[in-house]
Amino acid sequence: MSVATKTDKIQRLAELTAGSETSTGASLWREALGRLKTSKMAIIGAVIIAAFVVVAIVGPFLAPHSPSAQIWRGEVFPNKGEFVGARGENWFGLDHLGRDLFSRMLVGARQTLLVGIVATLIGLVAGFVIGIVSGAAATLGGETGQRVDSVIMRFIDMMLALPSLLLAVSIAAVMGQSLTTVMIAVGVVQVPVFARLLRGAMLVQGGADYVLAAQSLGVRKRRIVLSQILPNSLSPVIVQATLSLATAIIEAAALSYLGLGNPDPAIPEWGVMLAQAQRFFSYAPMMGVYPAVGIIITALGFTLLGEAMREALDPKLKG
Amino acid sequence: MSLLELDGVKVHFPIKKGIFVDRTVGHVYAVDGVSLKVEAGETYGLVGESGCGKTTLGRSVLRLVDITEGSVVLDGTDLAKLPGEEMRRFRRRLQMVFQDPLGSLNPRQNIESILSEGMIAHGIGKDQEERREKIKSILDKVGLPSNALSRYPHEFSGGQRQRIGIARALVLEPDVIICDEPVSALDVSVQAQVINLLDELQEELGLTYLVIAHDLAVVRHISDTIGVMYLGSLVEEAPSDALYAEPKHPYTKALMSAVPVPDPEVEDRRERILLTGDLPSPANPPSGCRFHTRCPWAQAERCATERPQLRDLGDGHRVACHFAEEIASGELALTRPTGIEAVTEGEGAVVEQTEDEAKVPAVLLPADSTTKPDATAVKEKVPSAAEAPGDRTAGAVAKDLDAAGPDASDSDKEQDKTG
Ligand SMILES: Nc1ncnc2c1ncn2[C@@H]1O[C@H](COP(=O)(O)OP(=O)(O)OP(=O)(O)O)[C@@H](O)[C@H]1O
Ligand code: SF4
Ligand SMILES: [Mg+2]
Repeated sequence: MSVATKTDKIQRLAELTAGSETSTGASLWREALGRLKTSKMAIIGAVIIAAFVVVAIVGPFLAPHSPSAQIWRGEVFPNKGEFVGARGENWFGLDHLGRDLFSRMLVGARQTLLVGIVATLIGLVAGFVIGIVSGAAATLGGETGQRVDSVIMRFIDMMLALPSLLLAVSIAAVMGQSLTTVMIAVGVVQVPVFARLLRGAMLVQGGADYVLAAQSLGVRKRRIVLSQILPNSLSPVIVQATLSLATAIIEAAALSYLGLGNPDPAIPEWGVMLAQAQRFFSYAPMMGVYPAVGIIITALGFTLLGEAMREALDPKLKG
Repeated sequence: MSLLELDGVKVHFPIKKGIFVDRTVGHVYAVDGVSLKVEAGETYGLVGESGCGKTTLGRSVLRLVDITEGSVVLDGTDLAKLPGEEMRRFRRRLQMVFQDPLGSLNPRQNIESILSEGMIAHGIGKDQEERREKIKSILDKVGLPSNALSRYPHEFSGGQRQRIGIARALVLEPDVIICDEPVSALDVSVQAQVINLLDELQEELGLTYLVIAHDLAVVRHISDTIGVMYLGSLVEEAPSDALYAEPKHPYTKALMSAVPVPDPEVEDRRERILLTGDLPSPANPPSGCRFHTRCPWAQAERCATERPQLRDLGDGHRVACHFAEEIASGELALTRPTGIEAVTEGEGAVVEQTEDEAKVPAVLLPADSTTKPDATAVKEKVPSAAEAPGDRTAGAVAKDLDAAGPDASDSDKEQDKTG
């Protein structure tokens, strides 16, 4: 053996030992978090979300005026097209009933966040349960399991085919117009997305050798699903949940805009505010711009964080 | 009685079609009637081309795939008939080492957790403390430091990962370990270390192995008995030395002739059999002798209609060929004259080329060419007149050299690549 190859080998050995001393058992989750912390996209997204959450929590206490009191009713004449824009006392101006728009925006953030979170949770929880049953049946359930899985999946396909708007309208027809209607409608539409995503990831993981290894060790099926397959199938679901907060907020706004939301004018919500502004758009465009921009920025925040998480969790990018 | 006995094991995978209701339109005859015996404390080597059903057979022993027919008897218990929960408990006595070391370790579990999984499943050890002690002693046995416990699979090198895989099998103190191509995913320089480790462990713990490989060089040194598989069934089985000394089945002859002999003079003179045609699909296996579509000695009538059974030709040398004796004695003429290639003058140059290749350290040869050597060699088409036979054969020989890698490297140092 030549000297060159020998020194090369020693070098490699040295690198090997050095490497093993510094690494101290970093799990994939921790590594992903580390990557997330250095991602600009994630930081911007997180800052936007944090700001939004803070506003949603403390907004109502900070509001300079009552969001529902028509204090300046006498100053606006919607029929004549006379509105009041931004001024010292009312930073965002007044709405068509003479209420302070800035206060309404602050208070409305809470409702908007609530709609987004609750709707996503409905979709996530229901989709998760369906997905896990279907995925477990398909991977470890044998022939019967596969049959169960295909029945569930046909059902999910049917749900996917339902347009969310139609669903929302029919739910509203049954339950009446309310914020709950909007949340359920937006949530139900997410169910098949989460179910399919989780099942698909579980199916991929279920075929992996480490699952076979667990089986050959004699690990019980339930434990294989919960401690082997599931933890490895979560990342796409987590990413989707973040992204879906953005879509939920937008969809909820759309449904409110169409008049399916909360009819109570006392409780402001960005989607409802946008809906109300449309009638006066030619006279007072800013009345619609504030809630629209609010919705866009928060949705952007969740999308940025979601995309950054997708990158951080993608095992293919793992160094 | 042997420790592990397989009798007429068949594994047929249904091929399904249909949108709403699945219809079975055929079967993949992945394993189609395999009978073999593995003696306690010995190593049974199973070789064959890619896709011949080795993995499926190994998995059927652990019932990781459904056994269509036949019995797998471990120490007097027929595993094929065991109900689910009893089978689960029986798995403690049968363990498996996988081909892909990284893929067979859960990326989100640390080593302690991976190695505890089996013990928890079988209620070994009172608490985690006790289990950890046991894991540490096993880690020591397979040559891993005990600080490996809190680390994750991706932080180890290929060879180390396979050691973890072996440790995972060992913690359950099994009787039989099935090693499915335990080294084919590893760097050539590390292959020998892992093979040696398996060998040492066998000696120390009295283990019984069923080692699967597509590479004759890998199984040769550790196997007591070797079985050669072709398209779902055994075509030849013999004590390791006997098989190497005198392969009797035409398929084994072809496989062997692809392995180079170290002595250049012998290498120069020996005959090479290059098989024609591709491996038939296991979904539609040929009638009669499964090998008759490629066999250089295939006889018109009998080979295409009657399926040969394994016959003992003395000293435990079992061959599934109607004409094994005639072929051995040279009575039988070749029916596919192009299939066999006597070494011609043009090949003097080939040997030189081969030696050049041999000077290159095995480590430097591309790793992926080691994974499927016999398959490629066997699948080589007969050279057409236009091709220079010398060049082609040189290629084949170079591949074989890769295959012989583990013999070539005797370095005991850990030098596999990280990550
Ligand atoms: N679950 C399955 N369903 C259908 N067909 C399968 C299944 N598993 C394996 N097969 C088929 O069975 C045949 C044998 O496969 P197997 O993996 O046992 O071969 P092998 O000898 O291990 O090959 P390799 O050397 O490539 O690992 C192949 O044709 C394969 O496509
Ligand atoms: S039985 Fe016929 S086809 Fe089969 S190996 Fe023997 S000679 Fe060849
Ligand atoms: Mg295989």
